[in-house]
Amino acid sequence: MLDVVQKFIQKVLRELFRRRRNLKLGLYGPPNGGKTTLANRVCQDWLGEDMGIVSSIPHETREIKIKEQISIKSGKKELSFNLVDTPGIATKIDYEDFVKHGLSVKKAKQRAKEATKGVIDAIKWLDDMDAVVVVLDSTYDPYSQVNITIIGNLQARNIPVLIVANKMDLKKSDMKKVEAAFPQYNVVGISAKYGKNMDKFYEALFALVK
Amino acid sequence: MLTLQFVPYEEVEELTSNERIKKLLGMVKDERIVVLEGRLRKQEEAELIRRTMEEINERFKGIEVSVVYPEKKKGTFGRKLKSNIAEMLLGDRQGLTILGPASLIKEIRKDPDKIQLFTQERKAKKKKR
Repeated sequence: MLDVVQKFIQKVLRELFRRRRNLKLGLYGPPNGGKTTLANRVCQDWLGEDMGIVSSIPHETREIKIKEQISIKSGKKELSFNLVDTPGIATKIDYEDFVKHGLSVKKAKQRAKEATKGVIDAIKWLDDMDAVVVVLDSTYDPYSQVNITIIGNLQARNIPVLIVANKMDLKKSDMKKVEAAFPQYNVVGISAKYGKNMDKFYEALFALVK
Repeated sequence: MLTLQFVPYEEVEELTSNERIKKLLGMVKDERIVVLEGRLRKQEEAELIRRTMEEINERFKGIEVSVVYPEKKKGTFGRKLKSNIAEMLLGDRQGLTILGPASLIKEIRKDPDKIQLFTQERKAKKKKR
């Protein structure tokens, strides 16, 4: 019972504050799903600048990054938000994996340390989000526990969720598998790298925060 | 040698979230693969990841975790009713949670009501259901 009351109060407060300030739109997901690539794409489309550095080495984003006051337009509709790019959420981080990517042992250990802190921060920030885009690599198995945990936690907090099946330009991409894994959510297939289907992504964003 | 430890739901039922996570993480850090009857609450799953990150060091690389949970199948009204009643009565006791140290488990694949657990050692494959 207390849980229900708490959720209701959270929802009312979130709605109240959302009207008074720019809403916080979070990008969540596992490492290397393309969160920062999508953040850069959105920032390039509407601000003409990048938001962060992208890399093929996992855990490139190890700190929360915020780009304030992004306004997107579609016909007569306009939407303003602060975009929050979060570190990829993982259940394991091994510095030796970074060594395999060519980093020195010292740098790899430092990266691992920062990456663990990044995951902790990303989880802490879940409560601050008004809406979340979960960015998944559509060439990977969508049934991973990290994906399920992220989406389950957003659902438990009544935070609206849009799922992006990224990297649809790749041959191994399987959009249908992502849709089948999360049938209760709107799934948009995009290629953030090449800007494919971004119009559909923006439409879905309007629908998400209406 | 792999050690599988079965944890009946009764063993964690009365514990607080903090105690549950501490217990499970403790077993995993002892190099055991834990098969828990039932599942953690959503917030507990996120807290498990957070606490795992706090514990990571050069020896402990993290965990692999997966939950198998009976999906709500599309079907007749009777079937749906039965499944809802089972959920009401059993709650978090339904399903199975498998977790273990990342140093032992390479990957857990879920498909979606079957789990395949790949170990790091001989890359041997074990199937669980």
